Amino acid sequence: MKQMLVYLNGYKKESFIAPLFKMLEACFDLLVPLVMADIVNVGIAAGDSRYILTRCGLLLLLALVGLACSVTAQYFSAKAAVGYATALRHALFAHIQSLGFSEMDTIGTSTLITRMTSDINLVQSGLNMFLRLFLRSPFVVIGAMVCAFTVNIQAALIFVVTIPALSVVVFSIMAVTHPLYKKVQGKLDKVLGLTRENLTGVRVIRAFGKEASETQRFEETNGGLTTLQLKVGHLSALTNPLTYVLINLAIVALLYTGAIEINVGRMASGDLIALVNYMNQILVELVKLANLIVQISKAVASAGRVQAILNTKPGMAFPQVITGKAPARDGDAVRFDHVGLTYAGAGAPSLTGITFTARRGETIGVIGGTGAGKSSLVNLIPRFYDATDGAVELFGRPASAWPREMLRSRVGVVMQKAQLFTGTIRSNLLWGNRSATDADLWAALETAQAAEFVRSKPLGLDEPVEQGGRNFSGGQRQRLTIARALVSKPDILILDDSASALDFATDAALRKAIAALPGSMTVFIVSQRAASLQHADRILVLDDGHMVGCGTHSELLERCPVYQEIYESQFKKPSELLKGGAPA
Amino acid sequence: MSNPKKKSPLSSAESQEAMRRVLAYIRPYRIFVAGSLLVAAVSVAAQLYIPLLCGDAIDLMIGPGQVDRSGVWGIILQILVVMVLAALAQWLLSVCNNKITFSVTRDLRNDAIHKIQSLPLSYLDSHLSGDIVSRMVADVDTFADGLLMGFTQLFTGVLTILGTLLFMFRENVLISLVVVLITPLSLVVAGFIARHSYGYFHQQSAVRGEQTALVNEMIEGQKVVQAFGHEAESMAAFDEVNQRLQDVSLKATFFSSLTNPATRFVNNIVYAGVGLVGAFYAVAGGITIGQLSVFLSYANQYAKPFNEISGVVTELQNALACAARVFALLDAQDQIPEAADAVTLTPDGHVQLQDVSFRYLPDRPLIEHFTLDVQPGQRIAIVGPTGCGKTTLINLLMRFYDVDGGSISVAGTDIRQATRASLRGSYGMVLQDTWLRAGTVRENIAYGKPDATDEEIIAAAKAAHAHSFICRLPEGYDTVLAENGGNISQGQKQLLCIARVMLCLPPMLILDEATSSIDTRTEVRIQKAFAKMMQGRTSFIVAHRLSTIREADVILVMRDGKIIEQGTHDTLLAQDGFYAKLYNSQFEGVDQADSAS
Repeated sequence: MKQMLVYLNGYKKESFIAPLFKMLEACFDLLVPLVMADIVNVGIAAGDSRYILTRCGLLLLLALVGLACSVTAQYFSAKAAVGYATALRHALFAHIQSLGFSEMDTIGTSTLITRMTSDINLVQSGLNMFLRLFLRSPFVVIGAMVCAFTVNIQAALIFVVTIPALSVVVFSIMAVTHPLYKKVQGKLDKVLGLTRENLTGVRVIRAFGKEASETQRFEETNGGLTTLQLKVGHLSALTNPLTYVLINLAIVALLYTGAIEINVGRMASGDLIALVNYMNQILVELVKLANLIVQISKAVASAGRVQAILNTKPGMAFPQVITGKAPARDGDAVRFDHVGLTYAGAGAPSLTGITFTARRGETIGVIGGTGAGKSSLVNLIPRFYDATDGAVELFGRPASAWPREMLRSRVGVVMQKAQLFTGTIRSNLLWGNRSATDADLWAALETAQAAEFVRSKPLGLDEPVEQGGRNFSGGQRQRLTIARALVSKPDILILDDSASALDFATDAALRKAIAALPGSMTVFIVSQRAASLQHADRILVLDDGHMVGCGTHSELLERCPVYQEIYESQFKKPSELLKGGAPA
Repeated sequence: MSNPKKKSPLSSAESQEAMRRVLAYIRPYRIFVAGSLLVAAVSVAAQLYIPLLCGDAIDLMIGPGQVDRSGVWGIILQILVVMVLAALAQWLLSVCNNKITFSVTRDLRNDAIHKIQSLPLSYLDSHLSGDIVSRMVADVDTFADGLLMGFTQLFTGVLTILGTLLFMFRENVLISLVVVLITPLSLVVAGFIARHSYGYFHQQSAVRGEQTALVNEMIEGQKVVQAFGHEAESMAAFDEVNQRLQDVSLKATFFSSLTNPATRFVNNIVYAGVGLVGAFYAVAGGITIGQLSVFLSYANQYAKPFNEISGVVTELQNALACAARVFALLDAQDQIPEAADAVTLTPDGHVQLQDVSFRYLPDRPLIEHFTLDVQPGQRIAIVGPTGCGKTTLINLLMRFYDVDGGSISVAGTDIRQATRASLRGSYGMVLQDTWLRAGTVRENIAYGKPDATDEEIIAAAKAAHAHSFICRLPEGYDTVLAENGGNISQGQKQLLCIARVMLCLPPMLILDEATSSIDTRTEVRIQKAFAKMMQGRTSFIVAHRLSTIREADVILVMRDGKIIEQGTHDTLLAQDGFYAKLYNSQFEGVDQADSAS
């Protein structure tokens, strides 16, 4: 927890003032019964109306000062809590941004979003409550007891017994019910899961005629939830009656002691009223404290979840400046030397012993079945992951020798999932190069076969893009992400199955346009379609993480069985096609 | 999870209607309601009586030598009895209220799941499942909280106020007036603060939403953010929203936290007022010290039920709004019930579509006058671009939707005359949307046949080429799948769905893009398994990949919801229409490479 407190540094003053003023307020609260006792013992007894008036004025003054103190405390506490949450959110977001692909895969995005939002919100309200109440409640409880000692020692001993007894009751019921409430939440999550299943699986459920058994399953879980809720409810319902009994036993004891002490003149009746009043205050504060502890424990759990992310170290370090000596041969864009990759936490390697060289200006195709390692292979080129075995070289230097910025600006990647961001078409394309001109953008759109539909939009480049690009079709999104990568004019372009939503004709036109680009860009095309890779200078055939073939289309067709199988599965009769019998 | 605060308030008529129906749900538990009211009255009376007894006791201790100890002892015994009574009543009150609340919510959820099973697909397809889930879980939960609070605090609150007034006015009218007149001030102040902080809360949730959207986008797209080195820009955008959130959160948090100090202040004024008036009365001999102590403790307690009730009223309104949303779900129109004389189908593989017309939206005709005669064992393929309505036909065959015109019959029987169970049981269905339940692999494969033996299950998995990957899972067939198979790949999910159907082997098959997420090599193997499975079985196949459908007996070509061509692969190619264009487009660019080789 200690390192989480760093973010409170800017709010040291506030986090000191808030509890301080809360305690001051509590002091004034504690004085009230004593003043009232004086009114009864002195004012009423002597019939002194001036005394009564000034004391009641004092009560009003105490109320006012108490109000001022607590408003001050609330303000500083809110400021500290909100400021803390803001600093924490900033730190967490910055940290998440620094995490690599490997860490992101392990943690998962949805949990990161929850931690970023609802967990930090819980921490904020927990801290706010803590600053306001955590000192106040114990202070009132102890303070009431101390005040009782100033009134009468015999009676004060009753407080000494009652306070621990009350604490035991309140906290042990809480200790028993708290884990049960967690179980209730677990059951509720199950009910939620079943409901969702029944909705998302409605077609399958009805196709198999399982409506009745699904209903029964739900009712069982739901019934279990109710039983548990009742059990916890009955248990926690004990708190009120039990504390009520304890407090009244204490009050009875006070009356009994009072009768003796007043009889011998060691106490006045006003004192007795004050003592009863203190007793009631203690009960109120203890109940508050119990609720507070529940809240705080939730906040602490949330803080722990946030901290777990902050403690995740980015697994990859990038040098500030390019390292290593200038390469002897500058012609190689990418070189893999016996490269292996095993993902964190995975049992088996995803890539094994991959060796190949891609020269500048070459087009390399990568093909293979689902899970063959195609994406894993190309993800090593921009160093999204580090090879766990062998060496990856870019332009003659190890991948790890490149500073992040430099590496990522030379390698343009179009990922499988076409991800756009809220803004406009222009703002999305500018991700590739902040200073690109409109002409650059249109050129990229032309190459990506996207110019036509962008032109048809009423606002052209300024057409808004909604969250995730949902106002564009899958094929349009893919072409926009390709254009975005082209805007950066990379030396290496990687298309990771990024034309899957395009029809064959557009796909072919896209490949033709990319090939026609000036310069010597090295292009990697990952695809499941053999047709998309036919023109590649070389095709790498992957099977279960191994490279089982490397060559041109016709070479592979002759001697690579895996490639033949893929090809045949898509064209059925390759012999016919080879004979020139392809339909026009 | 939905935020109940965002829901629009109900009109009073709607509230009344919702209330009426809530009461109907409570009716089976009316004995607990009666019990609850009774013990609430006992508990309030007892709790108010104890300060009175204390006051009496104090009056018996006037000063040194003037203490009536036996009198005090008698009162102490009375206090003990009343205390036990009050505690018991308090506990029973909670027990009754828990029983009512949790039973009602259980009944409500059970009714809702029954409802979901009988709703037509058209309703479920047109409503977000997240919304229905939130009605059944979050709304029912909020409703339960409100109901419980209402039962626990509303009645006792009202009784406490009335009881306090009764006891106070019996003792002294003027002092009572001080309490009665000043206390409502705390309500006014609390209301004032609530109104003002509401605006800030509203702004806060708007900015929070904005921030969540940003975080969502940037974290989900983090790989792209890093690939383009866009970190600094996203950080700046985040900080801008974060700063605004800090400003508005501070206001919202601070203003709302003023409620407690303000009401406590009013309470302190009441206390001082009672002290002042009471002391003067006592000096004049109008009341005793004991009576003054009673007033002081009532003054301390009196404001509490007011604050609680004002909280309860908002909670109850909220609860009713949530209940109304659940009732809206329960009120949705059910699917057409089965005829009493519905027959059980014995399919022979014969399916006839006679002049079928169907549309999802009244003004959007989709399938018009479509006739198709499917002979036993025939293979029908449905092709066309994405979103052309291929799935619609399946919806009709399975009677997920009813035709608007014409009829569909299986084995000569109109499917509307047959039981749904027997119709759907005649088809084995593998959909593109690979739904699996949270449970073990074994449970999922045996979903349609829970009493299947292990041998049968493994045989089905082998036939679907799923056996080898299942064996590689940590627990094999006993591996627990997360909700909707979150822990296995899409292709693996599809294999399991296929195995699920392989196990049942019904007389007819529907395959909707069944192999879309499987790589082509595995697909070829599965196709072989399918081919074996389809032998002698009438099957309907929807597919993207034209290679999968070439061998069909009839190919239906759909476009924009309509069937535009119909025939075999060869006749359709010869027609040189849309199908031919679709088919040839996949070979574009191939010819050059081939001539080069």
